Amino acid sequence: MAIKDLPLEECVLAGSAACPGCPATLGLRMVFKALGKNTIMVVPACCTAVIESLYPNTSFDVPVMNIAFEAAAAGASGIEAALRKQGKDDTTVVAWAGDGGTYDIGIQALSGALERQTNFIYICYNNQIYSNTGIQRSGATPYAAWTTTTVGGKKEFRKDMGDIIRAHHIPYAAQACVSYPEDLYNKVKKAKGIKGPKYIEILAPCPPGWRFSMDRTVEMGLLAIETGAWALYECENDAMTFNGKSKLILEKKIERKPVEEWIKHQGRFRHLFKPQRDEVRIKAIQDYTDQIWERYRKCYI
Amino acid sequence: MTVMINTGNYIAAKAAVMAKPDVVAAYPITPQTTVVEGIANYVDTGEFKGEYICVESEHSAMSACIGASAAGSRTFTATSSHGLLLMHEMLHWAALARLPVIMCNINRVVGPGWNIWADQNDSISQRDTGWIQFYCSSNQEIFDTVIQSFKLGEHAKVLLPVMINYDAFILSHTSMPVDIPNEKEIDSYLQKYKPGWKLDVENPITFGNIIGPAYYEKVRKAMQDAQENAKKLIPEITKDWKKKFGTYHGDLIEKYKCDNADYILLAMGALGAESKVAIDELQKNGMEVGLARVRSFRPFPAEEMIKLGKQADLIVLDRNISIGSEGALFNETKAALYGKSDAKTYGFVAGLGGKDVTYKDIEAMCKKVVAGKAKDFEWYGLEG
Repeated sequence: MAIKDLPLEECVLAGSAACPGCPATLGLRMVFKALGKNTIMVVPACCTAVIESLYPNTSFDVPVMNIAFEAAAAGASGIEAALRKQGKDDTTVVAWAGDGGTYDIGIQALSGALERQTNFIYICYNNQIYSNTGIQRSGATPYAAWTTTTVGGKKEFRKDMGDIIRAHHIPYAAQACVSYPEDLYNKVKKAKGIKGPKYIEILAPCPPGWRFSMDRTVEMGLLAIETGAWALYECENDAMTFNGKSKLILEKKIERKPVEEWIKHQGRFRHLFKPQRDEVRIKAIQDYTDQIWERYRKCYI
Repeated sequence: MTVMINTGNYIAAKAAVMAKPDVVAAYPITPQTTVVEGIANYVDTGEFKGEYICVESEHSAMSACIGASAAGSRTFTATSSHGLLLMHEMLHWAALARLPVIMCNINRVVGPGWNIWADQNDSISQRDTGWIQFYCSSNQEIFDTVIQSFKLGEHAKVLLPVMINYDAFILSHTSMPVDIPNEKEIDSYLQKYKPGWKLDVENPITFGNIIGPAYYEKVRKAMQDAQENAKKLIPEITKDWKKKFGTYHGDLIEKYKCDNADYILLAMGALGAESKVAIDELQKNGMEVGLARVRSFRPFPAEEMIKLGKQADLIVLDRNISIGSEGALFNETKAALYGKSDAKTYGFVAGLGGKDVTYKDIEAMCKKVVAGKAKDFEWYGLEG
């Protein structure tokens, strides 16, 4: 699917209350293009509750149910059961949650819904922070990143949600990035055609959260892939396939850029470069990334 | 009509299944377990044709019921004690979303330490969530109230969730004979659920996005109006049920031998049933004490309280305590009477932690009041 061939239909309407340069809005547009209007979306507490805009208006052209922070997957389970009973199985139920609502507070409900083989798509748009509450650390925040609750830089590495999801052995799990809209579109489209639980995680570089200017969202996503800080892959019935540049990196057909090429553009890592270069922590980030790719190569080549 | 002899929990499961909910989502907790097991058995026999989701927590049980109800489905669940407390956030959510989820809560002690017996502090601490709250005193009342709650909660003038409370073990695990109407009778009694709003791809609305203060306040006022509407509808529903099915347990309150009473005892749940025996004994001995068993705690029957207060002094028995204040029923009764009645009020807290409260204990409390020896508020039987 080339970008010029994507459906023209938009379900994110004019008047959205998103920040300029918001990656979630980019992702939502692609998700809706792939799913179409026969879709019900569940949104827990996250930036999207703002992006929807204020009652009595909405910026979404599909039915949306907002629900409590930890409850997206459970709420979606209820909707899915109701639709099944009504014979409306053709409607796609999609939960759209941030990384806080997925990695942290919502992981129990998500794991339960996956284990119960709930027929829905769970999408995590991962901006690696609690951004709606003002940039606090989450389980997805990378090592050494500044947040308002990790003032000197986060001391721990992020958890690998992909591994946790794949341990549920669901029919489809994928990682995408807003900077690769065709790849994202294809993954959501594929998920729509599969019965059972589907999980897609979208890396979503956040200008105010990561501290870069609002015109560089796409660039930050591209660099995340090129440096291997994030990977594009899909896992169908436990069979892993890497996509696009991530596939080329895995197969060593292109060289993975140093992760510094990604972090140096983000103000959240500024303390690693100024007032003086923090060689130890920059190396730690690179080593962590190298280890991930070594593991990928060991497991998936 | 058939007679079924079974425990409160299996009777609740029977009632829930006869109401034909589209979706049940539940999680097990003692002493509620036999409700969800009962429904699981009906899934196995094919008597229950709805979707049954065995979720991974009570929080998810209520969240799934919310999702299902929002998609236009009739929903049911059951819980108890810590399960109810874990649901707390979603109890508010269901009520504010105006989704008539129907739920049995088996009143059980809150820990620590672990104790599975009867105590109303679990549901009393949920009184401000917007849910309608009934308290039952027999298995027949459990059956009737579960069915009636679908009628009430789903009523276009109400559209609020309903919690049917009954005592752990005293009712949940005690067998009694219960009249069960046949399937056709219940089907014609309960019409199809017509939601106030629903998730519909033909009419895409966004529910629950950011709302400003002015709109939010109106949402709260509409919930209050709905509770007031429920107050008017409950007597209509119970009297209609009596006409159709013959059983009746009172309206917002059940009055028992109050005609010439100088004192009226107020109680909720199984204590209300035990109190009837005490009233019989007291009246046999010439003491004019009657009983008003409170069935509906939300909406609170303030007008009935005022009427009782004009007739008699009130003795209030609570199997709960709002720590730092008093028993909840006592507290609310006095608030209802304030400035409208000069009745004297006496509050007793008894039976916490599932401690047995016999009719003799209730007689002793009433006698203490009649003898002029009772304090305004006291704990009964602490030394025992």
